[in-house]
Amino acid sequence: MTTSIRIDQLSKRYKLGLTHAGSIRELANAVLGRLFNNGTTSHRQHRSSERAGDQTADSGYFWALRQISFEVDQGDVVGIVGKNGAGKSTLLKLLSRITYPTSGRAELVGRVASLLEVGTGFHPELTGRENVFLNGTILGMTRHEIQRQLDDIVEFAGVAKFLDTPVKRYSSGMKVRLGFAVAAHLNPEILIVDEVLAVGDVEFQRRCLGKMQSVAESGKTVLFVSHNLASVRALTNRCVVLSHGQVAFDGDTDEAVNVYIQENLSGNSESSSVADLPRSFSGLCRQLEFVDLQLEQTDDIDGQPFRFTATIRANSQCRDFLLGITVFDANQNPVGSTFTETAEAPSSGNCREYHFDASFDLAPGQYHCAISIADAASQGKRIYDSVSEVMPFRIELPVTDLRGWHAGWGPVRLPQPQLLNCDPVTR
Amino acid sequence: MSGASISSLDHATDIGSSTMVTVIEPPSTWNAFDVKELYRYRDLFWLLLWRDISARFRQSVIGYGWAILRPALSAAIFTLVFSVFVRIETEVPYPIFAFAGLMPWLYFSTSLTGVTQSVVGGSALLTKVYFPRIVLPLAKIGVGLVEFALQFLMLIVMMAWYQYTPGLSVLAIPLFVGITVLTALGFGIWLTALNVKYRDVGMAVPFLIQIWMYLCPIVYPISVVPDAYRTIYGLNPMVGVIEGFRWSLFGTVSPDWGMIALSFCSTALVLISGLFYFRRVESTFADVI
Repeated sequence: MTTSIRIDQLSKRYKLGLTHAGSIRELANAVLGRLFNNGTTSHRQHRSSERAGDQTADSGYFWALRQISFEVDQGDVVGIVGKNGAGKSTLLKLLSRITYPTSGRAELVGRVASLLEVGTGFHPELTGRENVFLNGTILGMTRHEIQRQLDDIVEFAGVAKFLDTPVKRYSSGMKVRLGFAVAAHLNPEILIVDEVLAVGDVEFQRRCLGKMQSVAESGKTVLFVSHNLASVRALTNRCVVLSHGQVAFDGDTDEAVNVYIQENLSGNSESSSVADLPRSFSGLCRQLEFVDLQLEQTDDIDGQPFRFTATIRANSQCRDFLLGITVFDANQNPVGSTFTETAEAPSSGNCREYHFDASFDLAPGQYHCAISIADAASQGKRIYDSVSEVMPFRIELPVTDLRGWHAGWGPVRLPQPQLLNCDPVTR
Repeated sequence: MSGASISSLDHATDIGSSTMVTVIEPPSTWNAFDVKELYRYRDLFWLLLWRDISARFRQSVIGYGWAILRPALSAAIFTLVFSVFVRIETEVPYPIFAFAGLMPWLYFSTSLTGVTQSVVGGSALLTKVYFPRIVLPLAKIGVGLVEFALQFLMLIVMMAWYQYTPGLSVLAIPLFVGITVLTALGFGIWLTALNVKYRDVGMAVPFLIQIWMYLCPIVYPISVVPDAYRTIYGLNPMVGVIEGFRWSLFGTVSPDWGMIALSFCSTALVLISGLFYFRRVESTFADVI
């Protein structure tokens, strides 16, 4: 097997703050500084690039990528996952030659097409047909290739009727479809794709996924960046997890996804302590209060068992309590609520960890919770403490579920009806 | 779909791109322009050129009529001011004198504005796909040429009206048009590269163009410029172009060739240094823009 992509110690450093002189004074200082201390500046730059591996931010600089190294064999489909700011986009930009590395080297063998956006270079005043040519050329196709595939492209996009209408009159969905149709007919040896599936409706996303699958099966090398873990799982069998500009994990997709999820959850609790979070209501007595909250997706993420742990401190002697949890979707709409059994409060001045198992059978998407401690005897009317925007989690559609999930089906996946028996009847 | 992909792979093998290796490395301070690569991207160049030309006057009733209307109206106003109010003596009737002077100037100013905005205006492309960045400014210089050609037809009509028949010197027109293109490109490349980092440039250019126009022999003949100033005056690359352009059309008094040579030298200097500068900073465009 030949190597298709070889990445060796690739690093990229960005300047923090304004990338240009913000004022005439700064500009004058910079120019004078360069004139008189030419040697010193270049020396300093040299030193900071040497320390590439040491820390993320030198003073005034930020290492978006630090000494990334990995190889991809021809015909491999490799996913790249990581939190926002982990360096995924920077890596793709480097490989697409949009920006240049600060140090290191990468080699790509074969024709490269990178698809960082659907419909790059569309001009609103030009017609659909004209934009197909424009977009195709920008992505690196020759005129003959586009001419030959024009019918296929138009059919795939489903815009035949509007081919001679300016693109500015297209609905956003049509624009995206046309853009993807062009991209789908690129035939490179290496395909680099960024989050293309994030746009468009569910139907469109499934179509994209199908197309990507057929590209993957035809022996092309694909680098695929996505937040959608289900599609990463469906498409790839190897994944590189990036974290703070470095390779945190490189290997089997299932393992990689777990690494990524764990990192995501621990990353969230790090950011601020639950005890210091602003409370949802003022005037909470906080005789019982949250010290820490953790939510884990145990087992396989395709099933939905969750385990959450609430660490609660009692500031005075309290009676039994219960926890109320409301789940919100990404648009801050409440989706549903649940209440725990009553539990015994810790003795005054002490903390206790309470573990619960829960299942949230919800539509795929990003969710978070609001959680309250309520006095059990008051039927949950007296609230000790309440925090919102905690315990984020993601529901993935099982890869095996080919139905998908339509927005019109609502946010809750009701339990599957059980077939008891089927009896022949005569009618 | 599979059929299409197979045939395209064949195609790729045909042109030997299957062994193409892309190496990504930190940019060195000085790289020569990769002419071969530029040639590979000629389709993109033509397409961007065509995109700008065909989108220029979309959804306008007069459309390319504007290309003729603008210089015609300007020439009319200049005629009113400089030939009726203030009398400026010219060898040829003032309307065609002014129109012939305005043509290269309008091309120059439109192109300079276009080229200056080309990189910043192309940021949507720049941050999403790779291509030789120089294609952006190059593609902008063609837009004005279409208008120029239309204006040329208009000029022929006007010359026929005033019964002027150009002599053999008319063969020199492509030369002067070529120099105009290079001049606009030279200044434009400098300005567009600077504009990425300092948007002040974009603000200054319209103003610069306004002033520059009065430093060119457009509304007045060069004969009104005192001899003592001629050398400095000739450093303005547009002076030689406009003078040469008029000469090749009307075949009047032979222009000052020394001055045209001087103008051409400053054009060459600006263009070459501009290309150097552009090449040096283009690797940072995507990060800075």
